[in-house]
Amino acid sequence: MSDDPQITNSELQAYADGRLGEERSRAVEAWLAARPDDAERIAAYRRLGEELRRAYDPVLDEPLPDWLGGGRAPRPRWHGFARIAGWVVLGAAIGVVAGWEVRDARPIAASRADPGETMAHRAAVAHAVYSPEVRHPVEVGADQEAHLVRWLSKRLGASLKVPHLADLGYSLVGGRLLPGDRGPVAQFMYQDTKGQRLTLYVRVNADDSRETAFRFAQEHGVGVFYWLDGKLGYALSGELDRNELLRVATAVYRQLNP
Amino acid sequence: MNEAERLVELIPRLRRYARALVGDRAAADDLVQDTLERAWAKLHLYRRGTDLRAWLFTVMHNVHVNKVRATRPTDQLEDEMPELAQRASQGDALMVRDLDRAIGRLPAEQRSVLLLVTLEDMSYDEVARTLGIPIGTVMSRLSRAREKLRAMMLGGPASAKLKVVK
Repeated sequence: MSDDPQITNSELQAYADGRLGEERSRAVEAWLAARPDDAERIAAYRRLGEELRRAYDPVLDEPLPDWLGGGRAPRPRWHGFARIAGWVVLGAAIGVVAGWEVRDARPIAASRADPGETMAHRAAVAHAVYSPEVRHPVEVGADQEAHLVRWLSKRLGASLKVPHLADLGYSLVGGRLLPGDRGPVAQFMYQDTKGQRLTLYVRVNADDSRETAFRFAQEHGVGVFYWLDGKLGYALSGELDRNELLRVATAVYRQLNP
Repeated sequence: MNEAERLVELIPRLRRYARALVGDRAAADDLVQDTLERAWAKLHLYRRGTDLRAWLFTVMHNVHVNKVRATRPTDQLEDEMPELAQRASQGDALMVRDLDRAIGRLPAEQRSVLLLVTLEDMSYDEVARTLGIPIGTVMSRLSRAREKLRAMMLGGPASAKLKVVK
């Protein structure tokens, strides 16, 4: 039997994994043929690999647990995460991961050139994801409005105000914290008596000197009016016609800039 | 397919790896949750066109390491086991018969390498990138992990049949 001193431990591992090229495999086999103990050792490595796969591959077929879209309410600790997971699953399921598709469609440089645009896309996605939620539309409800505002202000590092839109027929449902492209983002949700929902997305701007006029964008049926106002950027999203949405956006702007 | 969809597709694989990595089902799913949460928050840092799976497993690795660090005083799994080579009496080996426990007794850094190679079928190069270690380290950890596992599982010549406990 040929004794090849060039056989390395790495090659033995690769052989056990079935990753060695044909030529080197033959060399290893010849080497092992002369060494029954080593041959048995390598065979054992292979068996262990099979045992490992047999033991754990069934996990691949297990249904995803509740926190990824199952029936029961998530454990409190994961309250926020369940929403994010729902985001992913919902987005994948109904194909409204608008922000990512849009990022696919245009050069990143272009979207960076207008940070407000990126914000509008993200706001539209967040709206599409959370506004259909029946059981968990928000993390903190309007009944704890003071707490909600304190919490989100603290997380964003900016003093937030929640506009009241009752005059326009929209009452506050509550709000939640979201991950934005640069950090925490707040989302407030409103609905009218028919259940039509609006969301106001608020994030901290990179550059607090910028102010812009209202701009409008539309993604998969979700209309967004967005604007930058010094330290904060706002995006109001809803599946409303443009004029109705503008009416609400104007009211929001006025309340925030009395 | 966009990142969000691919990320969802990878969840079962994250769960498989996590189950083998931490053993306990609930703890494994906690790890997956933490990982997805982190990945979601960091998705903008993912470089399009690079390997999303490797990126995601790197996130999981980092989350796991941080969790272990945070809970070290009570985490028995992370206690360094004495080198089995120094005490590989048949009795010791036979005490650890099932795969779960045997894997749990591997040093964490060896366990990760073995599981990524065996379960995920990652190339050695991918494992090196995922864990942020040189490829030579991958190979030596893989080799040591296998040898330890073999000693634990097959220890005595009589224990030819492995008992696999889920």
